[in-house]
Amino acid sequence: MHVVHSRGDKVFRGIVTAGAMTSLIILGLIGAFLFGRGAQVFSQYGLKFITGTNWSASTEPGIPNEFGMGPMLVGTVIVSVIALTFTVPMSIAGALYIEFYAQPRVKKLLTALLDLAAAIPSLIFGLWGIQVFTNIGQRWASLLGNRLGFIPIFNTISDNYGRSPFVAGCVLASLVVPITTSVAREVYSRTPRELIDTCYALGGTKWGAIKTVVLPFGKSGVVGGAMLGLGRALGETVAVYLVLNLNFRYTFKILESEGGNVASLIATRFGEASTEELSALIAAGFVLFLMTLGVNMIASAIVTKTTRS
Amino acid sequence: MSDVTIPQPTRPWQRKRREQVRSGATFVAMAILAFAVVLFTGFAGFDGWAIVLFIISAIVLFIKGRKLSKKERKNALIQLLIASAATLAFLPWLSIFASVAMKGLAGFRINFITSDMRTTVPDDEMNMGGALHAIVGSFMMVIIASIITLPLGILSGVYLTEIKGRFTFLVRFVIQSMSGVPSIVAGLFVFTTYVSATHGPTAFGGALALGILMLPTVARTSEEVLKLVPEELRSAGYALGARQWRTTLMVVLPTVRSGLTTVAVLGVARVIGETAPLLLTAGSSTALRFNPVNGPIASLPIYVFGLLQIGTEYAVNRAWTGALVLMIFVFGLFITARKIGGKDKR
Repeated sequence: MHVVHSRGDKVFRGIVTAGAMTSLIILGLIGAFLFGRGAQVFSQYGLKFITGTNWSASTEPGIPNEFGMGPMLVGTVIVSVIALTFTVPMSIAGALYIEFYAQPRVKKLLTALLDLAAAIPSLIFGLWGIQVFTNIGQRWASLLGNRLGFIPIFNTISDNYGRSPFVAGCVLASLVVPITTSVAREVYSRTPRELIDTCYALGGTKWGAIKTVVLPFGKSGVVGGAMLGLGRALGETVAVYLVLNLNFRYTFKILESEGGNVASLIATRFGEASTEELSALIAAGFVLFLMTLGVNMIASAIVTKTTRS
Repeated sequence: MSDVTIPQPTRPWQRKRREQVRSGATFVAMAILAFAVVLFTGFAGFDGWAIVLFIISAIVLFIKGRKLSKKERKNALIQLLIASAATLAFLPWLSIFASVAMKGLAGFRINFITSDMRTTVPDDEMNMGGALHAIVGSFMMVIIASIITLPLGILSGVYLTEIKGRFTFLVRFVIQSMSGVPSIVAGLFVFTTYVSATHGPTAFGGALALGILMLPTVARTSEEVLKLVPEELRSAGYALGARQWRTTLMVVLPTVRSGLTTVAVLGVARVIGETAPLLLTAGSSTALRFNPVNGPIASLPIYVFGLLQIGTEYAVNRAWTGALVLMIFVFGLFITARKIGGKDKR
């Protein structure tokens, strides 16, 4: 339809376009300002800011500061990967259960529960994590450590399993599951009904239909949902902060009571930071921003593509 | 023609009442058996019980399925696996709902919502002090954030559905990506641009950070809502000689008035529990404050967070009660959104 635009229309369209551009501008400004404040840190430390293992702000004038966020960056990835290891199978199972196994009434209830769970603030996940879940998680961790301790990542030196990347990863998993499950459910619900019925007509079982039709159909959507969850997990602050014990050391022992997390580093150090340390924290925030933005862009590209076609 | 009987539809695939009762009874029996096993062996706690129950159900399944074909047995086993994994996925939330409700209610006294912490230390008994200042602070910030963000978000929605200009794809993509900006990064941004340039943390700074986090939600949901407006209404507007701006302002937007209210409510529900950005931008206080541009202000999430940091018995009890109040707000907003949103469909 061709509409001839009057002057009033041109003004209107201009205002609306400007309004719609604000999100673009804000996103650009976030990147620009964080980079601007962090630039000095990047140029001073170079790649050592990413790989360095020591984060110490000197209190005396003679001793130089040292800022390297390596362990925090690695720790963030480790905790997120642990979370996703639990999240992906659970979300696929949850979505399949809601879509194909649950009775209509149960399905309605679970869908509502899913929406509600996605709305729980991450602070409450953290509160639950440290006050309720840690006991259970610790037991699982000690079980893993005792039985599978010969595998390097499950090896521990101390007997303290609380506040470990494993427990933090579990809490993070319960936080991410609602997001990935609802994406997976959305994708699975778009499976053409005829294809599933064809499977039944050929004498296939429910699992046969799911394996041959539903899972391949929803594959890329589930990958996109998992990426979305990964983005959320990488940037999560309070839920991890409350559960994980931050420590500046490269560690791959996921059951040990120490780990790293960029967002928690910012939250911990921010309060008493000097001007230089503040710049370093902002630079760390910029790195986190780039990381999550990259993951999210890929995720949203995949999700948009699969849910449109 | 009176002897024509209309056949009632039968549902042969539906399970009969007796079968339902039998499978329910089997489940209860298995649950009790699992409990007995937990009592007499090394398995401990609820998780141990769940694992035992899982193993017992697998065994029962094998016994029951011995007459079935291999394919059907596999189908049944995988159904059990999927149901168990799904239960595992849903359990944490149920545990959260239950623990927040119980521990929160245990410490709830009416003074929790009528007084602040001006003269109370976190270690005092629960019948002293409260979170009124935090509740007021939270509401002040989400209201300011809504005033700033709602127009911008709705304009984005209007752009995506009404104008459909050159940047449609870009705008949609940016909104999607922006919804993944970590909340602490939004806080850092407002800190570098606003808070450090003015005199320290304020409610307005907190509101700016919350607004950034709210914008993608508002934009996306308002696009969804505006999509529901039938194309005929727009054509009717044009046919009456109205230009696009008049059609949009006087036909399209009024049609989805309740939908846009839902958008606002969902946006507020999205950010009211945000903690990390407020840590950097709004600070905290122990007294009731109303000035949005001067001095740090308390908020419900920071109140809970701070008490958890203290970690003593009464502080933690207070934190749980604060969490309960926060949950009630979030769920209340959610249910309101559903109620209002349901009206449009009629």
